[in-house]
Amino acid sequence: MHEMSIAQSLVDILQEEMVKNNAGSLKSVKLNIGKLSAIVPEALSFCFEIIVSGTNMEGADLIMEMIPLKGICLDCDQAFEIEDYAFSCPHCDSPNIRTISGQDLSIVEMEVE
Amino acid sequence: MKISVVKNILEANDRIAEQNRSLFDEHSLTVMNLMSSPGAGKTSLLERTIQALKEDISVGVIEGDIQSSQDAERIARMEIPVVQINTGGACHLDGNMIRDTFDEFDLAALDLLVVENVGNLVCPAEFKVGEDFKAMILSVTEGDDKPAKYPLMFHESSVLLINKIDLLPYVDCTVERIREEALKINPHMTIFEISCKTGDGLEAWYEWLKQQVRSRKKA
Repeated sequence: MHEMSIAQSLVDILQEEMVKNNAGSLKSVKLNIGKLSAIVPEALSFCFEIIVSGTNMEGADLIMEMIPLKGICLDCDQAFEIEDYAFSCPHCDSPNIRTISGQDLSIVEMEVE
Repeated sequence: MKISVVKNILEANDRIAEQNRSLFDEHSLTVMNLMSSPGAGKTSLLERTIQALKEDISVGVIEGDIQSSQDAERIARMEIPVVQINTGGACHLDGNMIRDTFDEFDLAALDLLVVENVGNLVCPAEFKVGEDFKAMILSVTEGDDKPAKYPLMFHESSVLLINKIDLLPYVDCTVERIREEALKINPHMTIFEISCKTGDGLEAWYEWLKQQVRSRKKA
């Protein structure tokens, strides 16, 4: 289950930020989870809880915003939501598209005390 | 107190993958990350490919499996440098694991380094290791609905090798449907239809791969 190694990477970054900001405890973390990342939010939550148990991050809320997969057509300039992972323009059928959102897996903000 | 972070969670792995990449570039080394389900034919493809190419191209292989060194032993019989990584449980290889093998190779002497990833159609697509490109194998016995079910893997791979075409008469699967479904997800994918068993279709793959190595040597 690779959500475990992702949760570990997340905790490592949070730990670093908490030390940098002299934080005592973590209240919440906001994440952007792009649809293409194929992360299962419940699995990530579960793994996060396991890793932070007994630490100064225990009990923190993991707030996950799911970011839809969006693209822009390089031929007709139209932006669109990519449905069913079909990576071509729904307006002109061109395969020359650029993905503009939905690929990332990032921390946005954390709340500490 | 709210702290704005704005960091890619996989930044640590991406950074190591970039460092790996820089080292590979210093040696003009082409690196291929080879992925598929268990049993689709990664090691068989490598055996065939190494046999065909080793007079022209110096190849090294990193084998990734949860347990066992059987794949590395198969490759070692071809008398080329090979290192086996046993993850012990991790379902994919990452940049760090690849970096840890560098002392076992003379990277300057290699033209092509193949990372044979853990058999898994899900997780390896998520993790960069510093490769030039990802190649994946789908065998006809797995079914032609797999692109729709595993979109990230098909999206991330530049190359798809449809293997075991000698078994087409015995399965309810068409290469036409695999192509159609794969190209919906990745319209720029290069697709080969092959049989590692009979040798059908492999010449085109060898030529393509040699061209990839040649183009990086020039650069």
